[in-house]
Amino acid sequence: MDTYYHPKDLAHFADMGKGNPALWEKFLAYYGAVFAAGALTEREKSLIALAVAHAVQCPYCIDAYTQASLEKGSNIEEMTEAVHVACAIRGGASLVHGVQMRNVATKISM
Amino acid sequence: MPVQNRSLKARGEALASAAEQVRVLQSGGGFPRFEETMARASPDPLGAAGITVLQINVGKLCNQTCRHCHVDAGPNRTESMTRETAEQCMAALARSDIPTVDITGGAPELNSSFRYLVAESRRLGRRVMDRCNLSVLLLPAQADLAAFLAQHAVEIVASLPSIAPAQTDAQRGAGVFGKSIEALRLLNDLGYGREGSGLLLNLVTNPVGAFLPASQGSQEERFRQRLAADHGIAFNHLYTITNMPISRFLKFLLESGNYEGYMRRLVEAFNPAAARSVMCRTMLSVGWDGRLYDCDFNQMLELPLVPGVPGHVRDFDAAALQARRIVTGNHCYGCTAGAGSSCGGATT
Repeated sequence: MDTYYHPKDLAHFADMGKGNPALWEKFLAYYGAVFAAGALTEREKSLIALAVAHAVQCPYCIDAYTQASLEKGSNIEEMTEAVHVACAIRGGASLVHGVQMRNVATKISM
Repeated sequence: MPVQNRSLKARGEALASAAEQVRVLQSGGGFPRFEETMARASPDPLGAAGITVLQINVGKLCNQTCRHCHVDAGPNRTESMTRETAEQCMAALARSDIPTVDITGGAPELNSSFRYLVAESRRLGRRVMDRCNLSVLLLPAQADLAAFLAQHAVEIVASLPSIAPAQTDAQRGAGVFGKSIEALRLLNDLGYGREGSGLLLNLVTNPVGAFLPASQGSQEERFRQRLAADHGIAFNHLYTITNMPISRFLKFLLESGNYEGYMRRLVEAFNPAAARSVMCRTMLSVGWDGRLYDCDFNQMLELPLVPGVPGHVRDFDAAALQARRIVTGNHCYGCTAGAGSSCGGATT
């Protein structure tokens, strides 16, 4: 193995079912139900997935949900905005912890 | 990647040759041949089931040079249907009961026999569809075209790949989105797409890249909402059409390293229900020179009808043609993927 991530590995995701088929089937059923149209459309769910993929920095998910978002009818402007939402939440999550920093600093400072 | 605004033929590309395209498509690639996949889905070979659409491709001349064009059309192309061949098409129509005439190109309106084909088909009482690139309606020489189409109640099938200007321009050329909007307003003003006018304005969207189209229903809803809100434009239906891996789209796939991935996507999305509903089963395609084909894609790949049936429109014989076996190749995966694809959009 010369790299931890290889694009071809995405096609082998189903190999995870070999270790425990029952759990894999439950996961697939759940996964399918999550992404089916409901109160949100399939297109909206794909955009959420794309944003989350960037938040968790999963290259497989970014590959899959870039394609899925385009195939659900989203365009690059909408997809870019979704990534910015992930970026804002990640950045905001760091920044809001600054309150803790300030609390600690206030407590121990004169 | 630099955008090429000339046809493959003008660029002297090897892929301008239909034979070269067929060679690429049939040379393995690690996926099963279309005929093998079809045989697994159905024991019966793909066959015609009547002729409900006579699709006439009047030639390759076009005022645009779209990057995905399966015709390799453009301003430099000279292949164009003559009046004699157009009259042969109308003679064939007159001795048949084919209800619909679908006129395509190129930009079909630029052919000198286009208005004859429209008027004669309407005189024979047939429904007429014009596959319109929209910008042609704004050409000074075509100032009366939109009114002519309305006068003959021609159904317009207009290309608009995306509600995002950048995506539309990326596929169809700089400034095309703006021109398309202007032309759609012109058509709306004539009553096209407006309830109760009887003038049908349908839109076609092809993906702007190496991926499958979105679901037709959801896309139609988005297009309707956005075109109305952003531009005050109304239309009747939206058709989603899969890009066929031939001609300029094939060139894009090969140059961008997407060919294998796209073909794999089409093969994995093979849908037996879509395969049963492919448009070639109920249409006959006529080339600019009068030759007959199963569909516009076979026409561009120069794949003639099976032997033993009339091969030219002057020899048109509905009885002999309506039960012919369909000629297929690996490009046919484009019409059988996902929800299916046809000149009238999704098939399932």
